[in-house]
Amino acid sequence: MEAFLVAIINGLALGMAYALIAVGYSMVFGVLRLINFSHGTIYAFGAYMVYFFVSLKFGLFPAILLSIISSGLLALLIDKVALEPLRKKESIPIATLITTVGVSFIIQNFLSIEYIFTSEKKGFPSLNLFGSIIIGNITIQSSQIIMFFVAIVLLAILTFLVNKTKLGLAMRATEQNIKAAKLMGIDVNSVISFTFFIGGASAAIAGALISGYYQIISPTMGSLIGLKAFSAAVVGGIGVLYGSVVGGLVVGVSECIAAQYLGSNVRDPMAFVILIIILLIKPTGLFGKKGISKV
Amino acid sequence: MKFLRVKNITMQFGGLLAVDNLSFHVDKGEIVSLIGPNGAGKTTVFNVLTGVYKVTAGSMEFKGEKLEGKTPQEIVALGISRTFQNPRLFPKMRVIENVLIGTHIRTKYNFFDGLLRTKRFQYEEAEKTVRAIKILESIGLYEYMNSYAGSLPYGAQRKLEIARAMATDAELLLLDEPAAGMNPTETEELLRFIRELRDRGFTILLIEHDMKVVMNISDRIYVLDHGKLIAHGTPNEIVNNQRVIEAYLGGERKHAKN
Amino acid sequence: MNKTNIGKNSLLYNLEHFFDRYKVIFAVVFGIAAFSVPFLGLSRVTLRLLTMISLYTMLGMGLNVLIGYTGQVSLGHAGFYAIGAYVCALLQVDAGWSFWPALLAGGIFSAFVGFLLGLPSMRLSGTYLSIVTLGFGEVVLMILKQWESVTYGNYGIRNIPKPKLFGFTFDLQNGGFYIIILVLTILTGIFCTLIRNSKTGRAFLAIKEDEFAAIMMGINTSKYKILAFVISAFITGIAGGFYSVINNGYIEPTNFTFNISVLMLSVVIVGGLGTIRGMVCGAALLILFPEVFRFLQQWRFVIYGVLLVLMMQFRPQGILGWQSTLPYRLTKQTRKELEKLNLLPDEVKTPKAQGRGEYEIFKG
Repeated sequence: MEAFLVAIINGLALGMAYALIAVGYSMVFGVLRLINFSHGTIYAFGAYMVYFFVSLKFGLFPAILLSIISSGLLALLIDKVALEPLRKKESIPIATLITTVGVSFIIQNFLSIEYIFTSEKKGFPSLNLFGSIIIGNITIQSSQIIMFFVAIVLLAILTFLVNKTKLGLAMRATEQNIKAAKLMGIDVNSVISFTFFIGGASAAIAGALISGYYQIISPTMGSLIGLKAFSAAVVGGIGVLYGSVVGGLVVGVSECIAAQYLGSNVRDPMAFVILIIILLIKPTGLFGKKGISKV
Repeated sequence: MKFLRVKNITMQFGGLLAVDNLSFHVDKGEIVSLIGPNGAGKTTVFNVLTGVYKVTAGSMEFKGEKLEGKTPQEIVALGISRTFQNPRLFPKMRVIENVLIGTHIRTKYNFFDGLLRTKRFQYEEAEKTVRAIKILESIGLYEYMNSYAGSLPYGAQRKLEIARAMATDAELLLLDEPAAGMNPTETEELLRFIRELRDRGFTILLIEHDMKVVMNISDRIYVLDHGKLIAHGTPNEIVNNQRVIEAYLGGERKHAKN
Repeated sequence: MNKTNIGKNSLLYNLEHFFDRYKVIFAVVFGIAAFSVPFLGLSRVTLRLLTMISLYTMLGMGLNVLIGYTGQVSLGHAGFYAIGAYVCALLQVDAGWSFWPALLAGGIFSAFVGFLLGLPSMRLSGTYLSIVTLGFGEVVLMILKQWESVTYGNYGIRNIPKPKLFGFTFDLQNGGFYIIILVLTILTGIFCTLIRNSKTGRAFLAIKEDEFAAIMMGINTSKYKILAFVISAFITGIAGGFYSVINNGYIEPTNFTFNISVLMLSVVIVGGLGTIRGMVCGAALLILFPEVFRFLQQWRFVIYGVLLVLMMQFRPQGILGWQSTLPYRLTKQTRKELEKLNLLPDEVKTPKAQGRGEYEIFKG
């Protein structure tokens, strides 16, 4: 029973962090109908930026702040430099897919380079800021509590932003109908840039949170987490914000329960298994809507 | 047994009733037109007939065989083929290849025949290619044979779609606005061509807005509005039908030459 | 906007027609040159480079069947590469098989897995399918590392013997490796061309161009999408089996990472999507590049990424990926029949350049 509770707690904390990354996929898909393959590597980049700034003797929190800003800017840059030109040219979808693959390749391998960060794993400062809470036989680390609550707060802010502000209205309009939004005077390209920035920023925050929990980072961490977060986004219904939260929790909790009862080898493939199942049963996810296209 | 018989079909998309209790039939060798204002549900009827949508209610029979529940591929195999409102060709494939795709469903050799270049492959490939070229020649696209479909002028693209549909050995052709975007000369040619198709044994169900085409070529006309059948008869009967005139009021109204 | 209107006297048109006219001669010359390589006393390094170029050409062709023909982008093809390699190696090392049947077995097993991976393709398309293939690649890698009892885990498989035939041992120095892969690559090229110029190939391309229209023309697209996976996996698996014996008798999981999947992808994309000449070009480029720019070794993969991004911006069809100006290739029998009917299009060898042509309709 306790083992189960531990798994649930771990899963909830982890799941919220996944949700933070998943919203990035979701929002970009929402405005562009595009799955940004490079999103996972931005998460890794964010974690490495914290490491970098900390090694420059910045404090942990300033480092995290700088990481958030630089990751957001990186994501924005990717859109402006690589993706926007393709939109203007009305390129075939394969081109965009390959471009985001290429970008992910660039970032991931950049981080591995010998005199940048090397491909070795590196220690990451712990976010276990105020020790652990012990309830009976169950230990909850403060890094987990932080992970959970920071994520919730951010997701709440994001939901507020999207649903209650003018900017959010512009985002939703762009999601629904890009041409109409343009005609209504919405600067669609700015909205898209902002979406990418937010996605990158939240991925960076997730990077800090998860790395602060596991206390290890490696250049390839982006691929695996990216896949898991993508599964979370799809499970919840890609394009639907609260879906990413639910999806994240589903993936996080299943992963931890599977690891607890079936061994740690099953942990990583779990997200992939869930992804396959959802894609085969209900590709639009738990909360996604199916559109009807005119023939 | 009617060649094509559609009985009380209804097509509902969530809250939208696209086709409402529609019945019609087509006899072998006829040219029948479906007309009506935009949004009347005409293309939906085509989509339902060809298996793109599953009909909400009603039944459809072609040469005695049920159409409901069949996949689009099965329906093509039965002998119904269609064109689209906006050409859906394979733009980076050559014209001849586009037509050859049409012959796919009647081509019996399998993957290994193709790989090993067996006698079966040689025979059928030649047979189908010759057939495709003959179709191209008859429709006036012979000289475009090796061009890429995407580079064709619009009128030629529309013809290519018809050629491709013909290549499936269909008995019933569903043509969705074949005259769209054509100038008067091209429209004349199209009229002649459709008549020739009929002479060669094709039965044709047509969606069209160009009244010149419709009035000149149809044996019978069905008029749809908001998914419902509001009139049906010969061109003469339709042109004087009050309900039809009302339905078109405010929309396009082209006068027909008798 | 399409760029297929190539004027009759353009450079491309003339080049292509020139090569086509003398294709037999060129093929013979190329054949002689290619097969004489082992006898030219080339260095180990050069032989290895040529071997790798040929290997990656074959890998490119395998992936091309999926991407270039049916438009399904696989980001996890290293998975099939690994399966073919491991099956071939294990059958030799653990079960004492000879190289040749082991190679075939590797390909067949890989093809079977390709079938399984192809099944989701019936319901998924585009990016979703690509993500699934990516997951596939990662899962294969994970299995290689974890299933130690079978795959020897991270330790890898060692002492993989060199191929032997009638007492002759193939290795690098005697050009044996090179000859094997050369033959395999040429066979693959022929294989792909035969498929391309048949109803299967046409169905593949139709699916890539417009899957819905393909369905409406009666093509069983699910079947063909899966078939593409099977063929692609088979070719890649065979290439993997070959790879398992040329790597100093040793393979391990890190030989089959995502980086390799992207490398294969780059060969196809950079070289020329959908064309065989593109595969050769892409392979040559991506194999020779790190040799020429040795000092950039570290940055190798970053540069590949940049290359992919740049290609998509400026030349998405790849370096050699232009649309052919040659007429549709008719089979001998077709020509005979057309001639009888006086429909042989000898005058019609060129695509109509621009504008409307005059034509006679209803020629009976």
